[in-house]
Amino acid sequence: MSLPRFGPHDDPGPDFAALLRLTASGPEAGPLGPAAQHPQAPPEIPHGTTCVAVRYDSGVVLAGDRRATAGHLISNHRIEKVFPADRHSGVAIAGAAGPSTEMVRLFQLQLEHYEKVEGTPISLEGKANQLGQMVRANLPAAMQGLVVVPIFAGFDTVASRGRIFEYDVTGGRYEERDHAATGSGSLHADTVVKLGFRPSMARTAAVDLALDALYVASDADAATGGPDPVRGVFPVVAVIDADGYVRLDDAELRRRTERLLRRHRSRREGGKGGAS
Amino acid sequence: MTMPFYAPPEQMMKDKADYAQKGIARGRSLAGFRYDGGIAIVAENTSSTLRKVSEIYDRIAFAGVGRYNEFDQLRIAGVRHADLKGFAFSREDVDARSLANAYAQSLGQVFTHEFKPMEVEILVAEIGLDADGRGDQLFHILYDGTVVDEDDWVVLGGETEEISERFEAALPEAPRSLADGVQAAVDALAGPDRTLSAEGLEAAVLDRGNVRRAFRRLSDEEVAVILQA
Repeated sequence: MSLPRFGPHDDPGPDFAALLRLTASGPEAGPLGPAAQHPQAPPEIPHGTTCVAVRYDSGVVLAGDRRATAGHLISNHRIEKVFPADRHSGVAIAGAAGPSTEMVRLFQLQLEHYEKVEGTPISLEGKANQLGQMVRANLPAAMQGLVVVPIFAGFDTVASRGRIFEYDVTGGRYEERDHAATGSGSLHADTVVKLGFRPSMARTAAVDLALDALYVASDADAATGGPDPVRGVFPVVAVIDADGYVRLDDAELRRRTERLLRRHRSRREGGKGGAS
Repeated sequence: MTMPFYAPPEQMMKDKADYAQKGIARGRSLAGFRYDGGIAIVAENTSSTLRKVSEIYDRIAFAGVGRYNEFDQLRIAGVRHADLKGFAFSREDVDARSLANAYAQSLGQVFTHEFKPMEVEILVAEIGLDADGRGDQLFHILYDGTVVDEDDWVVLGGETEEISERFEAALPEAPRSLADGVQAAVDALAGPDRTLSAEGLEAAVLDRGNVRRAFRRLSDEEVAVILQA
């Protein structure tokens, strides 16, 4: 590989996606490449679904279930849909698994590349806009069935609070005040979050609420996977605050999930539900 | 038809080399060395915004002396090279040796084929994966594309002979601590007649910690603490 150098007129600046296009080493049918020639993507390709974001008093919780489906089959039991974007932000993705993970990879690199070339990180708002442009660039593929719909969440170090951004397939970017959900189970998950949300929640309460939302979504939506204590598979949950992006470990998630299940059980059995 | 004056190739190369060396000698120098926790680079730099030392990739750092616009252009090209390679292959496939070769090709090409050579000298440093520092690398690349694989420490810039002598004398045997190395580098850069304060220095390390991105700048306060000790 030779050193990529440009004249002052065609220099891509800190934009990694533009650099990829200029050097033509990008994937041809990737999120930013020309749309594939097929009129319609086959329905059997893996899709990932439900993710939620909940704001709490000093940051944001991002959570996603672990199931990928291809048509009526479960294609993966432990896929991950929640990723760090950089130190202070994360992205959760629902949609076609291949283009989704590719978009996340490109997005992560886009942020890091900018930071290295410019010597300073992009603002949170700028990161949200960057992701919007990537979703927009994916629109031709989305029209063929390869939809990618992310949630972007991060800690705004300037405003010193957590912020959440939702997207539609055209790249439309909408900031949500308190919570957001995406994917086929999002209707159920979002309802649970909406009912349980309190302003200035503690971190632990927000994590429990997100787990509950995914559990209820998995109960109603076939494409959303519930917690699997047998395989030891639990949702991916990340918290983002002033200290940065931290993924919760499985031991903590197992503990919280078991308590959640106990609560649901005792509610069904007419006990004093809700107590934890 | 006018005939251009004949100049022997030896003379042309020498003129270019002299020109480049003069340009480099006008700027301030820098020193890089290995310490027990990674690799450190200390540069004399009065600006706190125009950097001489910067991050290229997870375990790779870049430092340049000479004309700022030229080495900064090379720095950005290096970031692009590394990020493109990491995206096309994998993060672990990005290494300093291949980057140093790419720099050498590019600088050599400019030196022989273009009217003006680049007035820069650059350092590409990489920390290896071994905890004992066996995989650490320091590539010193000159304005004409010459690559020197340095073993333990390196000095770039003008007056390198004097600075190197002082640095070699002051630098404790490996393994040395970061503080000892920085102190030796600052003394060597300053020379007997000057003292350098933290504000006039730029220092950064490739820290062999657990984090993915090993590059970290040392703040003026951190450097001041080392220099006071």
